[in-house]
Parts: sequence; C-alpha cells; structure tokens
Amino acid sequence: MASYRIDGDEVRASLTGAAGDAGRGRSIVLNRSEGACLLCHSLPPSELGAEPFMGNLAPSLAGVGSRMTAGQLRLRMIDSTRINSATIMPAYYRIEGLNQVALAYRGKPVLSAEQIEDVVAYLRQLK
Amino acid sequence: MERRVPGSEQMNWLRAALLAALISSCAVISSAEDRAIPLNQLRSGSEFLSPELRALQADAFANPGMLWVERGAKLWSTPAGSAGQSCASCHQDAAKTMRGVAASYPRVDAKSGFLLNVEARINQCRSERQAVAPFRYESDDLLSLTAYVNSFSKDYKINVVIDGNAETYFEAGRTLYYRRSGQMNLSCAQCHEENWGKNLYAERISQGHPNAYPAYRMEWQSMGSLERRLRACLSGVRAEMLPYGAQEYRNLALFLAWRAQGLPMESPGIRR
Ligand code: HEC
Ligand code: HEC
Repeated sequence: MASYRIDGDEVRASLTGAAGDAGRGRSIVLNRSEGACLLCHSLPPSELGAEPFMGNLAPSLAGVGSRMTAGQLRLRMIDSTRINSATIMPAYYRIEGLNQVALAYRGKPVLSAEQIEDVVAYLRQLK
Repeated sequence: MERRVPGSEQMNWLRAALLAALISSCAVISSAEDRAIPLNQLRSGSEFLSPELRALQADAFANPGMLWVERGAKLWSTPAGSAGQSCASCHQDAAKTMRGVAASYPRVDAKSGFLLNVEARINQCRSERQAVAPFRYESDDLLSLTAYVNSFSKDYKINVVIDGNAETYFEAGRTLYYRRSGQMNLSCAQCHEENWGKNLYAERISQGHPNAYPAYRMEWQSMGSLERRLRACLSGVRAEMLPYGAQEYRNLALFLAWRAQGLPMESPGIRR
C-alpha cells in the first residue's frame, strides 16, 4: 500500500507519483467487477458505452471534474468515510479496520494505486 | 378536539374514553419507536417485484415453489429410520398441527436453549426422534419439508419472541445487522434501511424481509433458503460467507423476523 498525506479534504500527491490513464479509468468505472461505480452512481449517457444500467443511490458523476480538484477526488476514492463517516460509498484504497473480508480479498484494496490514479484522471475529464 | 358535554356522568365517561384512547395511542407510538421500520411503512419484498412475478407468486397452480411444497407433503408421511416413523406419526395432519407455526420462527427450543429455525427444527426431529441423519442444507428434501411446513403459515403475520432466553440471540443479530462488513464495507442497514426503494444498477433494493423463504428465485432457477439469500448479500459486499447452519445466520434471521413483525408470511415466495 502506498502511503499518502491528507490536506484538508484532499490527497494532493499521486499515489504512484505518476499521472493516471483516463481511458483505463473509464473502463474501471464502467466495469462491474472492477470499480462497479454504476452500482450506485450515474454517468451522462454519452459516457455509458455498453453498460445500460446505473444505480440511483448516489449523486451523478456528471460534471464531477469541474466540481472537484484531483486531490479531492483522490481522497474520496481512497476512503470516502474520511469525508462522511456514515457514507455508503466503499473505501477503494483501504485495508485496515474492515470486518469479515472474504479470503480472496483480504489484505487487498478494491483498486490498486495505479487504478485509483486512472479513475481520478477519468473523473477529472467529466466536466 | 375540545367539546363541552353537560352533565358530570357523561363528562366522566368521555374522560375515560379519551384517556383510554391516549394510552393506546401511546402504546402504538412506543412500539413504533422500537421498530427499525414503522409498521405502516413495512413493505414485503413482493411489492418490489414486477406485476408478472407477483401474479406468479399468487397463483398456486403456476407458482413453481409449489413443486417443493408438494414434494414436502409426500415426505411428511414417508417413514424414515429403523422405527419407521414419519413426521405424521408424531404431528398427524400438518394442515392442523402446523398452522401458523412457522410465523413464530426462529424460536428458542426450551429444552436445549438453542435458537432454531424451521430447517433446524426439522433436522432436530430427524436426529432425536427418527434417529436418522439430518438433511443436508439446501437439499431438495430439506427445502421441500420446510416449504411444506411454512405453507401452513401463509398469510399469518410474523410474530417472534425476542425477550427472555431469545434476547442474547436477538442482540447478536442486531449487532451483525448494523455492522459494516466485507471489502465493500457495508452493513445490511445501509442497503435495506437507508436505501430501500432505490436502485443498485437496475435492481430495486427492498427492505430485506425474510417472509418469502424458502423462496423460488428466478436467478437461481430453484428454491432456496433465507440463508442462501443472506450468503448472496454477504458475497455482494465481498464478505466471508459463513457455513450453512452458522449461528450468526440464525441470530440475523431472528432480528430480520422482528423487523418484519406483523408482515404476512408468503412462502413459497417468488423473487428475482
Ligand atoms: C455503494 C455505493 C457507491 C459505490 C459503489 C460508489 N460510490 Fe461514489 N458515492 C456514493 C455516495 C452515496 C456518495 C455521496 C457522498 C457520500 O455519501 O459520502 C458518493 C460520492 C462520490 C464522489 C463525490 C461526488 C460529489 O459530487 O460529491 C465521487 C467522485 C465518487 N463517489 C466516485 C465514485 C467512483 C469513481 C466509484 C467507483 C470506483 C464510486 N464512487 C462507487 C456511493 C457509492
Ligand atoms: C450492497 C447492498 C446490500 C447489502 C449490504 C445487503 N443486501 Fe440484502 N439484498 C440486496 C439486494 C439487491 C437484494 C435483492 C433485491 C431485494 O429483494 O432487495 C437483497 C435481498 C435481501 C433479502 C431478501 C428479500 C426478499 O424479499 O427476497 C434479505 C432477507 C436480505 N437481503 C437481507 C440482508 C442482510 C441480513 C444483509 C447483511 C448481512 C444484507 N441483506 C446486506 C442488497 C444488499
């Protein structure tokens, strides 16, 4: 696990030290077994591709790139409970303090540091 | 409403009536506060189905769960074990002796102090009274007998005991219900209390009630127990699935039944 520093509501530095790949980020967001973000969020129809279903228990990700800095997006991806302790949004880069994690996933974050950066790069493009 | 009624006889009568109404409405209010979801907001999982599936559940001839119920009826009077005893040898006609029974499960077995669901009670009869091996969890035999017993509670309101020797089980179930688990770090309550009625992808989240089970799920193309459904929720949040029969599931099932207290039983239900 890469270490990171929280400043206010941001993690300013890239977890990998490099910029992410927005194209890969998009497929992580759409993919049901990777980000599974559309379980809860919606996207503008132009972004949807082959994935026809979107959940509606979280705010739309449309325009999130103009509402938030890369640092703000990164912290929300890493661990949304840092912003709202009661949130339903999973922590995508956290392995501590979880209960009864299935063996296959134990000790692993939902997304790797590279994948977090890819998703952040993609979300920044959603203007 | 303030009304002056002349004559003290009548006045006293009115006071007494108002007082009684006040007391009973307080009782309603306090039990509503005890509940996770107020009685008038309880929604069975069937309310979240398409009209077609709801009609399928209601039609006893078309409901595929009835195949298991019929099989259960045969098993009920099939002798097992060296003493040649069937369920009917002890319990006679299930239509009389099992009426409404499943609506009070899970319940504590007074003798052993264990919390039993209907499946566990059936297996207890098998090992203690028939002296044969218990049925395997999710076997057609166990699902069929459970569905058969539960069918005599159809439309009976769930009514479980949570105090006395049930209290520890109940509290353990409640704790699990509100605890986040799995890599996705979600609790049962975050989906079924905070977000019911909303969509995960295209699937509408219900209040997560146990009244349909054992239920025929389209996704399974088969009958399955409540535990099977709970395992699906656990696996969805990437939590470790407990083995069938685990105490945790029964504790959860007791908490779920209490949350659904007053909701009519539907087994054999149809679910997506
Ligand atoms: C189980 C539900 C769920 C999943 C899955 C989920 N989120 Fe969220 N997310 C939420 C909720 C609810 C919020 C609203 C804020 C809160 O509750 O903390 C949120 C907030 C956000 C925000 C802040 C948006 C804003 O306008 O404030 C971003 C960015 C975000 N999510 C991105 C993602 C991405 C990317 C993924 C997948 C990799 C994802 N989320 C998966 C539920 C979810
Ligand atoms: C990420 C969301 C989510 C979480 C967390 C979750 N469930 Fe579910 N649950 C669902 C969905 C989706 C269904 C299927 C649709 C429906 O009936 O709600 C379901 C179905 C159920 C049902 C069957 C309802 C019916 O009428 O058929 C029960 C009971 C249930 N859940 C209990 C639980 C319990 C107990 C937990 C915690 C151990 C839990 N759920 C955790 C999403 C979730």
